[in-house]
Amino acid sequence: METKNSTRLWKSYQKEIADDHYYYARSCIRQNFFPASEKVFLKILQEELQKDIYDDPHHTTCTGIAYHSDIIPQETTATVIARHFALMTELGYENLAISCVTSFGLYTELLETWKHFPEEEAKIRELLWKATRREFSIPKNLAHSSDIIFHNREEINNKSKRRLVNAKTGQPLKVVDHIGCHYAKLFPEKGIGGAEFPYVLTGMVESWGGQVIDYPERRHCCGFGFRQYLVMANRGYSVSNSKKKFDSMAPYEPDFIVSNCPGCSMFMDKWQYTIAEMEGTTYGKGGYGIPVLTYEEMAGLVLGYDPWDLGLQMHQVSVEPLLDKMGIDYSKPNKYKTQQPNSFPKKPLKLMV
Amino acid sequence: MQTKTIAIIGAGPAGMEASASLAKLGHQVVLIEKKASTGGHLNNWHHLFPDRRPAKELLQKLKQEVNHSNIEVMVNTAVHEVKQNDYRYELVLSEKNVINANAVLITTGFELFDAAKKEEYGYGIYNQVITNSDLEQLFQADNLAAQFKKPVKRVAFVHCVGSRDAKVNNHYCSKVCCVTAVKQSIEFKERMPETEVFCFYMDMRMFGPYYEELYREAQEKWGIVFIRGKISEASQTRDGSLQIKAEDTLASKPLRMNTDLLVLMAGMVPAEGNEHISRQFKLAIGDNRFFKSKDNHFDNQLSDTPGVFLAGACLAPMNITDTISQARAAALRIHEYLTN
Amino acid sequence: MWGYKIITTNQIDYDKNNRAIRNKILALEPSLRICIACGACTATCTAGNLTPFNIRRMNVLLQRGEYDDLKSELGKCMLCGKCTLVCPRGVNLRNLILKTRETLLNDECHVL
Ligand SMILES: Cc1cc2nc3c(=O)[nH]c(=O)nc-3n(C[C@H](O)[C@H](O)[C@H](O)COP(=O)(O)OP(=O)(O)OC[C@H]3O[C@@H](n4cnc5c(N)ncnc54)[C@H](O)[C@@H]3O)c2cc1C
Ligand code: SF4
Ligand code: SF4
Ligand code: SF4
Repeated sequence: METKNSTRLWKSYQKEIADDHYYYARSCIRQNFFPASEKVFLKILQEELQKDIYDDPHHTTCTGIAYHSDIIPQETTATVIARHFALMTELGYENLAISCVTSFGLYTELLETWKHFPEEEAKIRELLWKATRREFSIPKNLAHSSDIIFHNREEINNKSKRRLVNAKTGQPLKVVDHIGCHYAKLFPEKGIGGAEFPYVLTGMVESWGGQVIDYPERRHCCGFGFRQYLVMANRGYSVSNSKKKFDSMAPYEPDFIVSNCPGCSMFMDKWQYTIAEMEGTTYGKGGYGIPVLTYEEMAGLVLGYDPWDLGLQMHQVSVEPLLDKMGIDYSKPNKYKTQQPNSFPKKPLKLMV
Repeated sequence: MQTKTIAIIGAGPAGMEASASLAKLGHQVVLIEKKASTGGHLNNWHHLFPDRRPAKELLQKLKQEVNHSNIEVMVNTAVHEVKQNDYRYELVLSEKNVINANAVLITTGFELFDAAKKEEYGYGIYNQVITNSDLEQLFQADNLAAQFKKPVKRVAFVHCVGSRDAKVNNHYCSKVCCVTAVKQSIEFKERMPETEVFCFYMDMRMFGPYYEELYREAQEKWGIVFIRGKISEASQTRDGSLQIKAEDTLASKPLRMNTDLLVLMAGMVPAEGNEHISRQFKLAIGDNRFFKSKDNHFDNQLSDTPGVFLAGACLAPMNITDTISQARAAALRIHEYLTN
Repeated sequence: MWGYKIITTNQIDYDKNNRAIRNKILALEPSLRICIACGACTATCTAGNLTPFNIRRMNVLLQRGEYDDLKSELGKCMLCGKCTLVCPRGVNLRNLILKTRETLLNDECHVL
């Protein structure tokens, strides 16, 4: 990629990102799969950047997974989201920080729908009132939490303890970014860099010393697809799409994948195990996989946090090869320090861990 | 007959040919061109379809024609303001020049669609992506192969870039790009016979005389492969080529291949200053954003404003043959208007 | 064990396909190049009206180097010659089918 030229392009997709005072909308699934990511996001904002962000225990799922799986009707989803707006309004916040790409897509889609069909908004206001006696204001600013990290990437860089650089060779680490379909494919103007040359993760990687790979299937879907994964008979589509991406990126020998979206992170991580078991293919060096990080985990590593405090032991693909490249001093025995000794995860047959 | 003055705005093939026709009929013409030289897009093309004669040849002919005592050519000139009194138009030009015209002919032509807007093709980002217009420039060089940094073993032409595309609000067909792709693919093959050439099209629109024959020649003599399907994206591969994806719709299968060069057949869009002109002369603009004529069949060269006429690619995408015919038709309509 | 499988792509991978066979057939019957996929051949085809055989599509697949279905499919052709009669571009389909069959069968042990 001609970096200079593509940078020109993403600059035309600058969106407004609020600077402070956020209401945090968590993801329903991330806390299971990448449990420390959201915690780290809050820590970075509150402790490193001295921002005000509210983590509300009354906040629930946005129902996105059910909605995209055709299980619940749109009105239900809209009313649940309207309730989040109401919680935010009641607390006096106007800026929404959304942790999940699917939620972000849904919230954005809902606000766009209301712009064009005000009667839909009126209907949802009524439903919310009937169900909960709550009212809401439309958020002033809607940002994905990666937008906020992107917005503060230089400040994070100033505080960084480590760089995305191979400690031995001094070369920038080679990074694959995956922004997730619902971040920019639905509304390209709402995503930094748009859909074709996304810059939100690339901007972080470049600021922190790494180098992003523009591989042929960069824009391809991870294959999660909700219904496609959730129905077992369809799961083959799902894994095959991820495989298509791995096959395309592998020749570039990426040091890790950084992902924007809870679903994508999970599938890019876990499918590497599945593919290894099913057909013996592994994509990293020496039978290992390609480590997959969330952007919060990546920021956490850069800020010098302990990998096991970042929850990296929860990943299917071992992150140790990456930690070694970055010259991170970590304790091996501590990896499963919170685990009962007889409940260590079993080793996969094919994938090295 | 009292001499009348006609102002013609835009000195491309349409404006030049209309000037010549009107001068021959005894009228005074002021030909106004915003750029430094006359000739319009002819200046940018190397060889012309369908017979592949040099564009220079036609350009010279038009230049000779406008070299006439009745024609005053004003280059680097723009129309700032227009006032109408009775049946005369007062045009305020740059440098505060004023001309009084009994009739006005608009021949502002078209502009090439900005291919960077179709981000999925990476024009302006990947060096291996060029437009039809860029390729015409490259054809000027004696040695085509030497113009590329890396050997071009394969080239793919993408039809309909910025035309027939709701995403850029251009619903119309630009008409000339299919045959331009055919012409350019042959020219490519002639200069670099070892290169594999592909055209990815949505429909082959070979509307003019000898166009279909050229298409057949491209297949039969030059082995150019035509694949029906729009390329959805281009992305860089490790060896510095591009991976492209399309559906081979006639095989009902998605297809991918790598290519060393991607040529975008950018379409035609209305000239940038047309909005200003439409306001000054109270001209209607069509749904396609080109000027709208009074009647599509009978009065194609007339606008809704009496005394203001239209010809060439400012009305719709068209080839030079149609442009020249329209220029002459407009001259005749203006002559009728002024002599009645 | 898994309840699902990794699916092989139905995408034509043009660069991976073996185009040598295609080139050989094209050299034997160059008129294939000028097909414009009008479908007149398929419309009239004796075999195509009774089976899923589609001579127009077969020709496209052949040109892309996708031979998997060709051998069995082309066996359905009755060599009646009606396709050649109606083709507006003058593609010599009957000969093309013969040459394709021959080439594919001869090359079978090496390529298919
Ligand atoms: C890639 C490509 C290749 C082509 N190749 C061929 C070919 O081989 N054969 C063929 O027959 N046709 C070809 N065409 C079509 C051909 O270019 C047009 O038919 C022709 O240029 C139309 O002439 P025109 O005078 O109407 O417009 P133009 O050629 O666009 O000329 C318009 C002139 O008006 C001037 N102008 C615009 N606005 C103003 C203003 N406000 N004030 C003053 N001046 C103004 C412009 O500077 C320009 O000089 C091609 C088109 C494209 C896009
Ligand atoms: S002429 Fe051909 S390439 Fe151009 S817009 Fe029309 S169909 Fe598309
Ligand atoms: S020769 Fe074969 S392909 Fe042609 S019409 Fe007859 S049966 Fe069909
Ligand atoms: S009839 Fe001829 S041109 Fe038409 S699809 Fe068949 S072979 Fe091609």
